[in-house]
Amino acid sequence: MTRTLSRRGFLKSAAAAGAVLYIGATAKGAMAASGSADAMLTPFVKIDSSGGVTAIVKHFEKGQGPATGLTTLIAEELGVTMDQIDYEFAPSDPAVYNNLLFGPFQGTGGSTAMANSWMQYRTAGANAREMLIKAAAQAWGVDAASLDIQDGLITGAGNSAPLGEFVAQAATFEPVETPRLRDPADWKIIGKEATRRKDSPVKVNGTAKFAMDVHLDNQMVVMIKRTPQRGGQVVGIDDSAAKEVKGFIMAQTLPTKLGVAVYAENTWAAMQAREALEVNWDFSAAESRSSQDIKDEIMAALNAKAEYNVNKADQAAVAATIDGAATVVEKTFYFPLLAHAPMEPLNCTIEQTAEGDIVLHDGAQMPTGPHMAYQQIFGLPAEKIHIKTMLAGGSFGRRATPDADYQVEAGLAFVMTDRSRPVKLVWDREDDIRSGYYRPAVGHKVRVGLDAEGTIIGWDHQVAGQSIMKGTAFEAFAVRDGIDHSSVEGIADSPYSIPGKALGLTDTKKATSVLWWRSVGHTHTGYVMEVMMDMAARAVGKDPVAFRLAYLGGEQDATRKAGVLKFAADKGNWGNPAPGNVQGIAVHKSFGSYVAEVVEISGNLDDGIQIEKVTAAVDCGIAVNPDVIKAQIEGGIGYGIGHAMRDQITLDGGAVEQSNFPDYEPLRISDIKAIETHIVASAEAPTGIGEPGTPPSAPALANAIAQLDLVVAELPMAENGVSFA
Amino acid sequence: MAISLKLNGKTHQVEAEPGTPLLWVIRDELKLTGTKFGCGVASCGACTVHLDGEPVRSCQTFIEDVEGSEITTIEKMEDDTIGAAVQQAWLELDVVQCGYCQSGQIMNAVGLLRENAKPTADEVDDYMHGNACRCATYQRIRAGVLRASEILEA
Repeated sequence: MTRTLSRRGFLKSAAAAGAVLYIGATAKGAMAASGSADAMLTPFVKIDSSGGVTAIVKHFEKGQGPATGLTTLIAEELGVTMDQIDYEFAPSDPAVYNNLLFGPFQGTGGSTAMANSWMQYRTAGANAREMLIKAAAQAWGVDAASLDIQDGLITGAGNSAPLGEFVAQAATFEPVETPRLRDPADWKIIGKEATRRKDSPVKVNGTAKFAMDVHLDNQMVVMIKRTPQRGGQVVGIDDSAAKEVKGFIMAQTLPTKLGVAVYAENTWAAMQAREALEVNWDFSAAESRSSQDIKDEIMAALNAKAEYNVNKADQAAVAATIDGAATVVEKTFYFPLLAHAPMEPLNCTIEQTAEGDIVLHDGAQMPTGPHMAYQQIFGLPAEKIHIKTMLAGGSFGRRATPDADYQVEAGLAFVMTDRSRPVKLVWDREDDIRSGYYRPAVGHKVRVGLDAEGTIIGWDHQVAGQSIMKGTAFEAFAVRDGIDHSSVEGIADSPYSIPGKALGLTDTKKATSVLWWRSVGHTHTGYVMEVMMDMAARAVGKDPVAFRLAYLGGEQDATRKAGVLKFAADKGNWGNPAPGNVQGIAVHKSFGSYVAEVVEISGNLDDGIQIEKVTAAVDCGIAVNPDVIKAQIEGGIGYGIGHAMRDQITLDGGAVEQSNFPDYEPLRISDIKAIETHIVASAEAPTGIGEPGTPPSAPALANAIAQLDLVVAELPMAENGVSFA
Repeated sequence: MAISLKLNGKTHQVEAEPGTPLLWVIRDELKLTGTKFGCGVASCGACTVHLDGEPVRSCQTFIEDVEGSEITTIEKMEDDTIGAAVQQAWLELDVVQCGYCQSGQIMNAVGLLRENAKPTADEVDDYMHGNACRCATYQRIRAGVLRASEILEA
């Protein structure tokens, strides 16, 4: 049986090969299978007549695991093994592949891939199972209730056949909104530690295709010579030396005047030609401040009245309470700009088809962004633009820019050609470190008052820094009453029941492009909350774990946080470090998940410290792929600790001083000797895992270092009194 | 200049300017994309290949210096006893996350096991120190090398 599924080009080739069953949700949210050429299809699972099952994964894979996780959900409900199912990334179509938590927008971020797909993909898999069973039941003349699918075989009532035999008939049935989901007690893949990643094999034998590995026939490689100071404008170019480079094609100033596109036959020629190109810049409107200027502005804001009273507290009353407290603990913190530096430098490739369509090959984190931008750049309707999502070599937030920065750059470079040759835009590491979007620099000033019993009676918390969301397309839902929630998340919504809390926020002036960076505001709020909790506990002579637990009673939100704190303390031998070692602990909730970490270090401040072990406990609801969760916690810890140890982006006269890994040193293998992760058993719906491991890691390390009598309130640690062995 | 390149057991005639990094000949000319570009300054190890069996950073290895040498990339590792063991260990432990650095990690790990069949954890850390992984899969890399050593011993 051949079906015609003309609505979407990507379906055609598969359909032509034979009967294919697609199951998904329509734009309206109801479930529908492909009954006819007119059916509104939004497939999450595709099954061909030979029984080949493919999960259509709507989230991109940057290592965080959705290629495995979303595939797991389909496989579990349908009744196939992980070896019997393949995956492919969804095309760009926000009407059907949108992130359910982002509205009509297709994208990955905020650790939402599993949280928003959990019911959607299980429902799609369950519908496929029920439709296939119904077809088999009719063919065999038996009751559908007597059949099940296991390991790809429809079995029951004395019959057994591969599911592929019933694909054609099953495709004539209508899926339902609420098919029967399998009982969690019967799960064979979900929650099983033994489940392996679907993307491992290609990533260990060199065949994995990242965007950087796209090589289209006759393509040109483009690199951009960018302004060294943000806001600098091109006023003239001299390409005479570039012309001496073999393989150089041309140099064209971008319409934005923010850089010059250098076209070449291959990457090395593009690099050399860009180096040889001379550009005259106009810096009159460019950023000229240095890091110290930015820091001074933030510190001044912390000492002035806050622009926003975030929690509508009586600030004067809170201040008075603290003034009269038996014990007052006070600290001012500063966090520098940070680059994301994913392992694969940013890149993407554009081509124009014979029909005049535009195809973008990209490790696309938010396909809707470039999809919309390209409609403007190329003057084409949405259906003439296609995005092919490739594997991404990390992101940490960097590939998700609200203004689709690098994809727009590639689009502008392509539109300046006759479009006969594909254009591959390549950034190198220097582009990445110098021209990237940064975690904003942020300051906090906190005063905590405790009574004679050592109980918190007032917590005055001021935050100042550049807003991430303001001025972007995300402002509408992330900013309320002028307050960018991402600047205060982790404080404003902390599960701690802290009496007498005042929270003020001041937005400082735009100094550079800023962007969410793995765990967004929690990168600094988690640090400050947890270092202050430790300081307060020590000031009144209480154990840091017991002290925190006093503020974590009652609500489920607090008890889950208390649960991971106690779990990590238990598994990390809290209070009993190896001889000569000291420990620190921190706990934080972010993206719906709760993570506590115990860091144990050896050494001392004179000779250098060594991180011996990090023990983590995580509660992220149902653990769909436990080993992927452990890997994300391990990676989240490394990302948080690595930057806290050594990294910062600094500006000198508006120019970024760092350029590559030698001066933006990554975490190295010897920096952390061991990490152990424990997962809380839970029946709650899954929550985020890509980011929650990061926030508690640096404060847990800081709290361990505090045992050596140094409270690190400014990062990176290596620049502020800590040496590492 | 015309160069005769011995790579993965075959001889290729390539045309490249002196000073061209081996990395770009492998990726752009020979279209073997398993070898990755990460930093260009020998600071991350994503571009690691073997030159006569020894791990080198191909971004800082120049084309005029490799004529006559045997170059091996990740694409050939499954035919190498140690390479296959490392790949098996990587699969058993699901070492990879984004995976972009892992070709280089594996090539370097094979170099270590070739000269030290039974390394300690500290020896693994010393040898693998120059290979960056921004996903921080390090503890699985360490465990993976030790596991590969066991596989080879069995």
